[in-house]
Amino acid sequence: MKTFNEQTIFEISSSGRKGYSLPKTEVPQVNPDEVIPKAFLRKTKAKLPEVSEFDVVRHFTRLSQWNFSIDTAFYPLGSCTMKYNPRINEEVARFPGFALSHPYQDEKTMQGSLQLMHELQNYLCEISGMDFCTLQPAAGAHGEFTGLLMIRSYHESRGNPRTKVIIPDSAHGTNPASAAICGYQVVTVKTGKDGIVVPEELAPLLDNEVACLMLTNPSTIGLFEKNIQKIADLLHSKGALLYCDGANMNALMGVARPGDMGVDCMHYNLHKTFTTPHGGGGPGAGPVVVKKILEPFLPVPVIVKEGDTYRLETNCPQSIGRVRAFFGNFGMFVRAYTYIRELGPDGIRKTCEMAVLNANYLRALLKDHLTLAYEADSLHEAIFTDKFLKDYSTGKVTKDGRPIPLKTLDIAKRLIDYGFHPPTVYFPLIVSGSLMIEPTETENKQTLDAFAETVKKILAEAKTTPTLLTEAPHTTPVRRLDEVKAVREPKLRA
Amino acid sequence: MRYLPHTENEITEMLATIGVKSVEELFRSIPPSLKLNRELNIPEALSEMELRKALLQLSKKNKTIRDTITFLGGGAYHHYLPSAISQLINRGEFFTAYTPYQPEVSQGTLQSLFEYQTMVCELTGMDVANASHYDASTACAEALLMAHRITKKKKALVARSLHPQYRKVLKTYLVRFGYEIEEIKYNKDGTLDWEDFNAKLNSDVGAVMVGSPNFFGVIEDLEKIGVKTKANHSIYITVASEPLSSALLATPGGVGADIAVMEGQSFGVGLNFGGPFLGMFATRAQYIRSMPGRVVGETVDEEGARGYVLTFSTREQHIRRENATSNICTNQGLCALMACIYLSLMGKEGLVELAQINLSRATYAKEKLASIKRVKPLFNAPIFNEFVLHIPNASSVLEKLKTKNIFGGILLERYYEEMKDAVLVCVTEMNSKKEIDTFCEELGRAL
Amino acid sequence: MTIPQDLKYSKEHEWVRVEGQIATIGVTDFAQEQLGDIVMVELPSEGTILTKDESFGVVESVKSVSDVFAPVSGKIVEANDPLTDSPGIMNEDCYGEGWIVKVEMSDPKELDSLMDAKAYQACLAEGH
Repeated sequence: MKTFNEQTIFEISSSGRKGYSLPKTEVPQVNPDEVIPKAFLRKTKAKLPEVSEFDVVRHFTRLSQWNFSIDTAFYPLGSCTMKYNPRINEEVARFPGFALSHPYQDEKTMQGSLQLMHELQNYLCEISGMDFCTLQPAAGAHGEFTGLLMIRSYHESRGNPRTKVIIPDSAHGTNPASAAICGYQVVTVKTGKDGIVVPEELAPLLDNEVACLMLTNPSTIGLFEKNIQKIADLLHSKGALLYCDGANMNALMGVARPGDMGVDCMHYNLHKTFTTPHGGGGPGAGPVVVKKILEPFLPVPVIVKEGDTYRLETNCPQSIGRVRAFFGNFGMFVRAYTYIRELGPDGIRKTCEMAVLNANYLRALLKDHLTLAYEADSLHEAIFTDKFLKDYSTGKVTKDGRPIPLKTLDIAKRLIDYGFHPPTVYFPLIVSGSLMIEPTETENKQTLDAFAETVKKILAEAKTTPTLLTEAPHTTPVRRLDEVKAVREPKLRA
Repeated sequence: MRYLPHTENEITEMLATIGVKSVEELFRSIPPSLKLNRELNIPEALSEMELRKALLQLSKKNKTIRDTITFLGGGAYHHYLPSAISQLINRGEFFTAYTPYQPEVSQGTLQSLFEYQTMVCELTGMDVANASHYDASTACAEALLMAHRITKKKKALVARSLHPQYRKVLKTYLVRFGYEIEEIKYNKDGTLDWEDFNAKLNSDVGAVMVGSPNFFGVIEDLEKIGVKTKANHSIYITVASEPLSSALLATPGGVGADIAVMEGQSFGVGLNFGGPFLGMFATRAQYIRSMPGRVVGETVDEEGARGYVLTFSTREQHIRRENATSNICTNQGLCALMACIYLSLMGKEGLVELAQINLSRATYAKEKLASIKRVKPLFNAPIFNEFVLHIPNASSVLEKLKTKNIFGGILLERYYEEMKDAVLVCVTEMNSKKEIDTFCEELGRAL
Repeated sequence: MTIPQDLKYSKEHEWVRVEGQIATIGVTDFAQEQLGDIVMVELPSEGTILTKDESFGVVESVKSVSDVFAPVSGKIVEANDPLTDSPGIMNEDCYGEGWIVKVEMSDPKELDSLMDAKAYQACLAEGH
């Protein structure tokens, strides 16, 4: 991987070189300054690169080879559900009927897309045990925002929007950030010693100003929130609602449904559970499913089925409004729909079971070598703390002579040398030096075995040659990068 | 099930290693009363062959822009997508990669985002750009929230000629939280109403947001509006739904904008029935700490080699939680890559030439359409590739055109009640002269 | 790790040097080490009134954000402006050039609630 150094596309540029071909103007050529006042025009051309098509293809192909990806490496990233992205999904999403339609076409000419969206909504409702669905949110955080706004509207319709949202200390950072942009004050509930929310900690925080609790189930640390029904009852008794972050639905689908546990509102991440690609950070899709009480507040447009035809309804007086310009990341809906149709009810359940099997298998292989953060049964991921590292050292000392301990990060970076993407590290914040491993169902046994063996091998190296870890990775196009310099001397463009 | 690798034997071995007897036992932490205990009520599984066929049939229930002559724009533009884009982004190393939190194994994604940021800066004339938002509408909402962080003022003036669906999104994100958005009227020629703007601009106004080309396709005097906005110490936000116009028009940086938002869909992303799109966002260096979204920066590794990292992360939700500049986490990474590849291919000259083709054809179409009896342009201010026509009985005329497989434009009455019989027509390089001529003929007949 | 004998300390890892009515405030060696390389310091301006135990500034490293709490109440008479451009000074010389603000104390009795070096050392040993 270190054999070449790729320049930026701007450095490859050569004045006058072309990578495009355009049709003739066909009509009388109009020069901009004939029809637009000169003062409204650019003074100089944007300095975009000047490269050939082949320059572009080679440049980006080489860059692609500097990435780890699901296709090339195991990604045991806890809470990210990095499963295989089926190829049929990609092909279907590019069918002209889906990819080449314009959002302002009239409804009669887009019945196929509306039908697909309507049916996908129904599947997502059935899988979660909820009543209604909107597909529009572009990502999980956007789904949180949408769901919380609906909850806010619900409370407003009852006379008081309320002021607080309760969030467990183990939650993903988007939960409090979304609550904040929805105008709520965040109240943190501490998880119990077994890593889940306990009613005794929650009850004292409840009053008539609590809009909802945002609960991730299974939790960010892979544990089923087994008090969930009691928690829902407690909330409902105070007029508050239960929001579920559906990030970890891979561990529940086909086996249990949040809607049956008292959840009022939940978002999915189609790019986690339903195999739409992560794309190096999006586009995702964060559909929200709700119980009947929240239906009036769904964002517009709402897809309505009348007989065999579908239409878009925008006249919904209690709706929270529009959350984006058009209907959602439609291309992702096509992929998720294709995946659900491929799996069917049995496949969905098996997928969930195998995801949990794989996580527990890795947990069993590693628990005597790393330190389990929680002894309780976990579902789709296994989470370890850095306690085991107290027996290790980097062999180096600080200026004033104290030994520098080996860190979770050192193990993570050394895994890269063996071709594995590091697990999620240092998250959630409540677990010291956390290592969170979620293998997903699509990894085979050989890969899981090889990963566990590699972790053991790295721990052996840590005893004999800790610099192999502290200086890792060694095999990548770049070594550890100076993140301090990146902030102190910002260079954010070429 | 071809996505699940384990054989029965392997499952048995794995269960033994774990120390449980059955897969069922792995779910014992879920109370039995909370389990589903029945099959999901969704359609039975399909083989790949059946699946492909079923979905192809479903897709054929749609009419596509390929089956029709299309003059639809309005924030979603039909431009040519060079083949190299889909070939490159179809590489698994790009589309199956995770968010680049581990920079050593994500240099491909990081460097291309860095190049994307550079291109956005070049097009907008701004200092820094982030790695994208969901679409321009949410980027506009984030821009107003950012302006609020800077000025602490809870009032903004937004041009009524800004894309109506962006304005709806602003309402959802801001108005319910006590933020006041006052609309600035438009003139008879489709530009911002200068008197109305002056009357409404006062010291309470924290931000001014103007689209150019606006929803009517009309180019605004952004510099004049900017000077006035800056004199009022408000944050100036310019928005372009058709970013191709940036190849020709004065940059937001050049006209004094503090924040520039563009919808990047035109740059190689495609229509996709309205999503995924690409929210482009750029600002001045002094505001970087108030900017939402991910940013890639250049740095060096331990051996001094150049490399890229996500930086200024302390603004973001994963560190600052409820005090973050935004809740955004996943963005539109792959769409930013598409734009980056597109802009690399088009390059400095190609983008300008393409913009000129759009301008020439739109100008031709506007003149030719306006020469049809009883059809007249609603506004006469300068345009780029969209314009508004007044067509008598527009609704039924558009219906008639549809029977000839022509999508003639967007009826504006739905978004502007005062604009009866107004049709927004968009002409790009995808509309040949022949198509434009056919449109004119058929429109003449349909009247 | 150094803990100068002549300073007072707070539980939030700020130190105070007293000269007459003026208290100079900074963060301790322990705090700067925990933060790692400091990349940004948000300073309050001169004249700002501080209230004991309330946050008056922010210190950022690459991946963390920490509030700085006022160990005493009073009015800021000087802020250490060079920190804005060179926040790394706080790592290099946290008790010297890396001071944050000088405050004219409004209630010097508040100093009694702070720890001396020995108590602070013990506090660190307990793992606070």
